[in-house]
Amino acid sequence: MGQVVIASRLSDGVVVFLSEPVGTDAVEWVTQLEGALVSADDARAGELLSLAEADAGERHEIVDPYLIDVEEEDGKLRPTKYREAIRCLGPTIRPDLGKQAEAENA
Amino acid sequence: MYHYDEHDHALVQDRVVQFRRQVERRMRGEISEEQFRPLRLMNGLYLQLHAYMLRVAIPYGTLDSRQMRKLAYIGRRYDRGYGHFTTRQNLQYHWPKLEDTPDILAELAEVEMHAIQTSGNCIRNVTSDQFAGAAKGEVEDPRIWCEIARQWSTLHPEFSFLPRKFKIAITGCQNDRAAVKIHDIGMIMKRDAAGEVGFEVIVGGGLGRTPFIAKTIREFLPKEHFLSYMEAILRVYNQLGRRDNKYKARIKVTVHETGSEEFTRLVEEEWLEIRDSSLKLPKEEADRIAAHFRPPEFRLLEAAAPAAEARAASDATFATWLRNNVHEHKATGYAIANISLKPRGEAPGDATSEQMDAMADLADEFSFGELRVTHAQNIVLPHVERDQLPTLYDRLVEAGLATPNIGLLSDIICCPGLDYCALASARSIPIAAQLSERFDLAEQQEIGPMQIKISGCINACGHHHVGHIGILGVDRKGEEHYQVQIGGSASEDAALGKILGRGFSADQVVDVVEKIIHTYLELRGEGEAFIETYRRIGQDPFKERVYGTD
Repeated sequence: MGQVVIASRLSDGVVVFLSEPVGTDAVEWVTQLEGALVSADDARAGELLSLAEADAGERHEIVDPYLIDVEEEDGKLRPTKYREAIRCLGPTIRPDLGKQAEAENA
Repeated sequence: MYHYDEHDHALVQDRVVQFRRQVERRMRGEISEEQFRPLRLMNGLYLQLHAYMLRVAIPYGTLDSRQMRKLAYIGRRYDRGYGHFTTRQNLQYHWPKLEDTPDILAELAEVEMHAIQTSGNCIRNVTSDQFAGAAKGEVEDPRIWCEIARQWSTLHPEFSFLPRKFKIAITGCQNDRAAVKIHDIGMIMKRDAAGEVGFEVIVGGGLGRTPFIAKTIREFLPKEHFLSYMEAILRVYNQLGRRDNKYKARIKVTVHETGSEEFTRLVEEEWLEIRDSSLKLPKEEADRIAAHFRPPEFRLLEAAAPAAEARAASDATFATWLRNNVHEHKATGYAIANISLKPRGEAPGDATSEQMDAMADLADEFSFGELRVTHAQNIVLPHVERDQLPTLYDRLVEAGLATPNIGLLSDIICCPGLDYCALASARSIPIAAQLSERFDLAEQQEIGPMQIKISGCINACGHHHVGHIGILGVDRKGEEHYQVQIGGSASEDAALGKILGRGFSADQVVDVVEKIIHTYLELRGEGEAFIETYRRIGQDPFKERVYGTD
């Protein structure tokens, strides 16, 4: 379906996703995959990654941004690779931890 | 146990201040991630899949109740209420915040702990026999020498940027519980013909993508030359070790490519230059360190323990715990009690803050305040009066820490795998959990001694190469896949297992282990352990059962 930019938040290591900028040129990072900006083609994905890398160097809020493939399933975004799926949810043996727990508690 | 002197305190406190400033500069954007990464790694702080991970050093796996309570507190205050004990006798927190880490290090410094040299290409935490100072038949408490090695290696200027990380293990027993033969340097304490105590020096062991069992390069090293000989080994490695290829940078490859005879010659040549230098350890200094490890004041007890014996006769579950988790002690009337961190269906090596507090309390009450961490990811109370064992057991049951499976199939060594680790290719904990659920305790008892070791990638943190049954998780075309090998051992009879054949999907691998176990049960001789049967009959019968005869 497309790609999103994933990264870690510098202050606490929490996994974040590049989101639709709210302002004119400000880069936004969100903690849930559902809020991620999905690029449908490689060229746009490359642009988003460049934007994220520049933001990492300028605002120092996130580290190690990279692109992951996502698809839509039952109206929800999910990573296509199991490594990234685990990263977006939390440890599979501890459903009480990570983003899966936050979603449960929301 | 060892207590910090003013130099140790100053060093650790200075590091806290230094790292606090480094974190502040990073948060302000004054240094880049590229510049910061080596600084945080020097303090054991990794960035993993879900969060940061902080690895805390537990020197040679020894800690006291005060330190264990601090680990519990940090888990509760700064993490998610638990910690993970590792195969290098350390503890990892899987959810600390970068901004909290200087405070965590300050908390650790209060109880003489730190995270220095738990990462990076330096000499890591020196590990040892978890029964050190308590084991029957021990030549000498190896922790004295671990501590001397710790002091020598901490911030050693020449060895802070080695070709690759460097791991040392020392044991005082011929019965190897410290897996010394899979370490970069292994030291086995022994006596020479004249009765003098020294070390057999073995070098070049290691797992990862190129596993090797270490080779003996010196049959006997007098104690006074302990440091100079290690320095000579490190110097030769630092000169010859490959820096062009990280996969060939460990000393095991250096020894292999140089040849152990030539490597030995080079070490001996280097050693001749420095053996009588300031590295020659004065006896007074060794004695000063040794004084920290004087045995506790054991009571004079009878060998018989009527309370424990009576309880065992009337309580089968206690008897099982006694048989599996309690080990003989050198002092009459005492025992070594193992606390399993491998409850059924749970992550091996994890302990909650409440359990850590409980273990600290039990250490105070039953074991002179002392605890040990094992490389098999369990905890030990080293000095328990035998007649106190029933009371201890009841308290362990209350804390959920009485799983009686030490040395059995579910006492699995397992890395965090892809549930946490950024390097992993596949998950390992769920496989361990499924195995512990597949075989009930009675079956495990029937199977007997069994070491299953699981790694989530080729780096082999779960020691799969030396498992009686080893399982390696790999990524195969975007799916988790598992290779199975059998016949390994990490003990004094160390051996690398052999891959059985093609790998298996996640939903097949537990069935495969069951087939291997059933083959063993059918073919074993009287009183024969799995590894003995394997060595007698070889791999073919297991292969035939798993893959069929086609």
